[in-house]
Amino acid sequence: MKRHLLPHPLLTPALTLIWLLLVNSLSFGQLLLGLLLGWLIPLFTLRFWPNRVQVHKPLTLVRFVLVLLYDIVIANLEVAWLILRGPRRVHPGFVEVPLALRSELGISLLANTISLTPGTVSAWLSPDRTTLVVHALDVRDPEALVATIKRRYETPLLEVLEPC
Amino acid sequence: MLSTAVSIAFLLVGAAFVMALLRLLYGPDQPDRILALDTLYVNTVALLVLLGIHLGSALYFEAALLIAMMGFVGTVALCKYLLRGDIIE
Amino acid sequence: MLEVILSALILLGALFTFIGSLGLARLEDFYTRLHGPTKATTLGVGSLLIASMVYFSTRGEGLSLHELLVTLFLFITAPVSAHLLAKAALHLRLRSLAVVPPRAEASAPQQANRDAPSDETVQR
Repeated sequence: MKRHLLPHPLLTPALTLIWLLLVNSLSFGQLLLGLLLGWLIPLFTLRFWPNRVQVHKPLTLVRFVLVLLYDIVIANLEVAWLILRGPRRVHPGFVEVPLALRSELGISLLANTISLTPGTVSAWLSPDRTTLVVHALDVRDPEALVATIKRRYETPLLEVLEPC
Repeated sequence: MLSTAVSIAFLLVGAAFVMALLRLLYGPDQPDRILALDTLYVNTVALLVLLGIHLGSALYFEAALLIAMMGFVGTVALCKYLLRGDIIE
Repeated sequence: MLEVILSALILLGALFTFIGSLGLARLEDFYTRLHGPTKATTLGVGSLLIASMVYFSTRGEGLSLHELLVTLFLFITAPVSAHLLAKAALHLRLRSLAVVPPRAEASAPQQANRDAPSDETVQR
């Protein structure tokens, strides 16, 4: 019964928050309307979200988001510097990252993370979902890059979404 | 001081528009042009936010949000067109 | 003091927006060009939006946090469009400065089969 009425417990507060940000007010009425929308929208869009998302270690997730924000800033400084130094000095390359994540959500989160961080854009996922091809702007040591991606981003995502 | 900063920022974002337009014109391939269009959308968001600060009005925010959304949908649709090609479903 | 921080944020944001577009115009192949707009421009617009948030919040008309929404939206959508653009470029076999992994290109539908309709399309 509980599963039927509240199919995605995490989506409701998220939608309420988005509604409050959108109307830019914190009045009681808007809060109530936001909660109503946050309850009804998951019910009506149930078909698009067949699997329930479960977060296993919230603290790891928080640390991951903080690391990610820090890395985004560093990534931007690095890319800006590379662009300013000129196109002659960059060494672009493709690297293949073998994936340990299995779920769709996990893989798309990892691909988005890679695209947001230092000089890398995820370019292609193999049809069997085992390898992600990543384009790097300036790659000197492909193995080190793959190891960094796996250690820094994939391990926390694995712990949060797919604990064994 | 703030108005000077905003003026300089207007100049920089305007120069960014010119760069993206050059890429849009010279091209050489379709993905380059789509990327240039996407950059123009993002730059427009930046310009609208700047205009909002310059005029001291929060009205421009909604326009910026809409342009960001429409730009994303447009980019995805164009990419899908390139990926599917002339194959009709 | 506040004005200094605001001016710095605005200038930084505009500078990053400019550098991102400069990368788009200046770099030599499509895959490297992809990096400029997806990263530098996202952070540029992000810091402009934070500046706007601080500016409108300190004018005494209550908190103004809805710029966070645009920032969040840009941070979610920028990687998605970058990924799709890279996929489309691989599909079209664009010239690249780097060696493209053969599997990624081979996954694109064969050029030869495109003209001849497959069995499925004939049946429809």
